[in-house]
Amino acid sequence: MYIVVVGGGKVGFYLAKELVEAGHEALVIERDAAKAAEIAETLGEIAMRGDGCEAAVQERAGCGRADLFIAVTGDDEDNLVACQVARHKFNVKRVVARINNPKNELIFRKLGIDVTVSATSVILSQIEQELPEHLLIPLLQLRSGFEIVEVKIPDGAASLDVKLRDIVLPDQSMIWGIVDTDGNPQVPTSDTYLRAGDEVVAVTLLESEEALRAALTGPSR
Amino acid sequence: MKVVIMGCGRVGGALATRLDEENHEVTILDLNEYQFERFLPDSFGGRKITGNAVDQDVLRRAGIEEADAFVALTQGDNRNAMASQVAKHIFNVPRVVCRIYDPIREEMYNDLGLRTISPTRVGAKMAWEELGV
Repeated sequence: MYIVVVGGGKVGFYLAKELVEAGHEALVIERDAAKAAEIAETLGEIAMRGDGCEAAVQERAGCGRADLFIAVTGDDEDNLVACQVARHKFNVKRVVARINNPKNELIFRKLGIDVTVSATSVILSQIEQELPEHLLIPLLQLRSGFEIVEVKIPDGAASLDVKLRDIVLPDQSMIWGIVDTDGNPQVPTSDTYLRAGDEVVAVTLLESEEALRAALTGPSR
Repeated sequence: MKVVIMGCGRVGGALATRLDEENHEVTILDLNEYQFERFLPDSFGGRKITGNAVDQDVLRRAGIEEADAFVALTQGDNRNAMASQVAKHIFNVPRVVCRIYDPIREEMYNDLGLRTISPTRVGAKMAWEELGV
């Protein structure tokens, strides 16, 4: 496969190295002359100096025949534009963007960049799974702007005192399922009471995450 | 009209000043506070926000959800292109204007539905006309 990588920082460098070792044809486009020279010195003639967001540079890089285009600079806006140029000017079928601000994932998707990789999100969800309780763990983002999350109900939460229908959830948020402490999955009804230790699977809007967490895990007064 | 302007350079500052004088509700954003001092008069009555408008939280703070128009005028083509697309496609701002220096990128974003202006094209044409060759 011919793979074009934009951004020759640490991510771009090691990515290109792995790709070449796996037998692919790779080219790294890097804006900084010194960095581009360094890549060429270490990995051979697979580095090109230039602004990977520019159509002229992408043309010289042969994006027209690229099987895969990956933008991994440290700036989300540069990665977005590079991918959009590759997609719209050179009809590259598969484009992948690195994003730094996890909130940009949905934006990129809405703007036609389907595959994004966010180190921040990966590290964050790892941390959230390692930390005990209380936290809300995002499980899956849907295209529509919703996401599916898991919330563990702690002792002393205000949500334990009332029936499910009386818990005030943020708009467009819904509890879909409960796995109780014995490990039994249940479909909740409006009369269900939550119990401490329950794992609640809910659907919510991305921006309502915090409000949902507060509604389910906030302490009773 | 409620207008959010991103980038307080010479052009952004002048546009914000004019709209403010015409009694529009203006919010101007820049990464650097000092730009407000440089390019806005003391009489400026709009809101000034320091922050990166590529971040949707910053755009929300600037009132993008109620804005009638958004204008992207930073030095960075990519920043302008991204923020404008966010304003148009995520926040559904009715009027979005985006400055893009690179004529090729300008053409592409125009095709993708943004209203773009390219000072490069316009500037070169004006200089050429003045030369009278």
